[in-house]
Amino acid sequence: MSLDLQFLSHQIEYKLERKSIEYRKSIIKLIYMSKAGHTGGSLSCVDILNVLYNQVMNITPNNVSAIDRDHYIHSKGHSVEALYAVLMDLGFFSEDKMSTFEKYNSPFIGHPTRNVPGIEQNTGALGHGLSFSVGMALAAKMDRRNNKIFTIMGDGELTEGSIWEASASAAHYHLDNLVAIIDRNNLQITGKTEKVMNMEPLHEKFLAYGYAVRHVDGNDIGELISIFREIPFESGKPNLVIAHTIKGKGISFMEDNVAWHHRVPTDSEFLTAMQELEQAELSLECQ
Amino acid sequence: MSIKNSSLGETNLDVFAKTLMDLADHDRNILVTTSDSRGSGKITPFAEKFPEQIVEIGIAEQNLVGISAGLAAMGKKVFTVSPACFLTARALEQIKNDVAYSDHPVKVIGISAGVSYGALGTTHHSLHDFAALQAINNIDIVAPADNFETRKIIQLAVNHPRPIYIRFGKKAMPNLHDPSKKIEIGKAIQLTPKHKNYDLTFVAIGETVAEAFLASQKLDKEGIKVCCLSLHTLRPFDEAAIQEVVSNSLAVITVEEHSVNGGLGSRVASFLMQNDIFRPMLIVGIPDDHTVNGNQGEIFRHYGIDQQSLYLSALKLLHKGKRNDD
Repeated sequence: MSLDLQFLSHQIEYKLERKSIEYRKSIIKLIYMSKAGHTGGSLSCVDILNVLYNQVMNITPNNVSAIDRDHYIHSKGHSVEALYAVLMDLGFFSEDKMSTFEKYNSPFIGHPTRNVPGIEQNTGALGHGLSFSVGMALAAKMDRRNNKIFTIMGDGELTEGSIWEASASAAHYHLDNLVAIIDRNNLQITGKTEKVMNMEPLHEKFLAYGYAVRHVDGNDIGELISIFREIPFESGKPNLVIAHTIKGKGISFMEDNVAWHHRVPTDSEFLTAMQELEQAELSLECQ
Repeated sequence: MSIKNSSLGETNLDVFAKTLMDLADHDRNILVTTSDSRGSGKITPFAEKFPEQIVEIGIAEQNLVGISAGLAAMGKKVFTVSPACFLTARALEQIKNDVAYSDHPVKVIGISAGVSYGALGTTHHSLHDFAALQAINNIDIVAPADNFETRKIIQLAVNHPRPIYIRFGKKAMPNLHDPSKKIEIGKAIQLTPKHKNYDLTFVAIGETVAEAFLASQKLDKEGIKVCCLSLHTLRPFDEAAIQEVVSNSLAVITVEEHSVNGGLGSRVASFLMQNDIFRPMLIVGIPDDHTVNGNQGEIFRHYGIDQQSLYLSALKLLHKGKRNDD
């Protein structure tokens, strides 16, 4: 890579890392203000959403009705706060509107709905997003369009049988325009995912189903940018990214702590969390 | 109008499949998705003629409905064909969330509905689909009575703007209608001559309409004035038609190939009670019972859904109504 390109690449990463901190602030603020939400899972997947929306997918408020744009389905619907934070930043709606989150008659409920600009499918019940994405990817293939369909699933979600039904179809129809991402944070509401139900070896299982499988540090902006640049990983195979993340990433006392699956910060926890994010911002600027 | 053997038509499923082929000839966006059900759904000829317009999912109903919703979201006109028993039970959450709640106009086609599978048993019966889907917002519910209703409903369903569930049985049906008749989703059709007042109204749906109509003819011969309504659409529910005919009737019998709980009868009763229309009423369908073993006709006879039983039930109800009046 030339020095110019290297500089540009660093600039992009820096910009997105700043955004991730802002998104984390939005998530914490939203959950703190509304006294509800899924904290840990939103913090684990927000870097992936950041890179997808700001660097990979061509989805903007101006092209939502375009037939050949990319599409995103938030299968792990409970982490909607992360999606709200990113869509607000992209200009799909204002912070004022988003601040009605979980209030009476607000479209901003605790799971994604199409009543919110930028959201393409109502999710929340787990194990639905992949089949829906397979349908979208199949339609794009039928119409010989080059757009891609992205979806993020939780690792706890993988025990839903419908995920495996959809996986068979994705490979059967050679959907290399489908990008399925697993937010592999190793925790679900009850505890460690492998203790609740051992689904390993995930890599081998997805490989056997016919995916091209890649691993990435799902909280590393640079790695995420690089991995998504490689799509399609293999021609004729659906893409599966196992994104290794930390639940509650970015706030020390929330990281890898099952209690923060959907806990709401107290006043002092909120202040500490915001201070930690301010500190992270300062550290980033000093780099 | 009377039903003769010469007017026996095809199965509604055959008519569904043929109508879809006619439509697909002019519309490449029409797709069929199916769960290894192309044979029982009579869509093998469709698959042979339009191989690019059929998507095989295998025996995976949840995935079938999810994929269908995704295809519909991208502008495809999707007919999702699978046995009603599996489609509306195993994939109920996908129908609820991916189709109805998310408002994708998938045409959910439940084949071999009710007790069509007869002696294959309860696993293959769908006596719950009306009840389950009536409790889910934003999906229309239709069960055509004969070939004419089937053809017209499918033609209308192609560009129907909302999710819709259409169920079919698998036996050849008598032709009940004048083919020049107009039909609308959500508008009941009266099969018997119109009068100012009736002794009895039959409100029937799907393959039970023919039985109710034959019972009506028998009662008519005895001087009993009967209105027989084919209420092919359970949702949107044709309140106006029900109100008009039942208000002018002494008694009402609903007939359905469905559980007596939560189907047509419950819907009609609820409407009548809440609109202060009180008439002697009988809900004929499958009771809360381990369904008897047999073919569709035998099951109908066992539970009083056949024409002779309906005729006798009508006489009994009218007699009871008369005694109450005395």
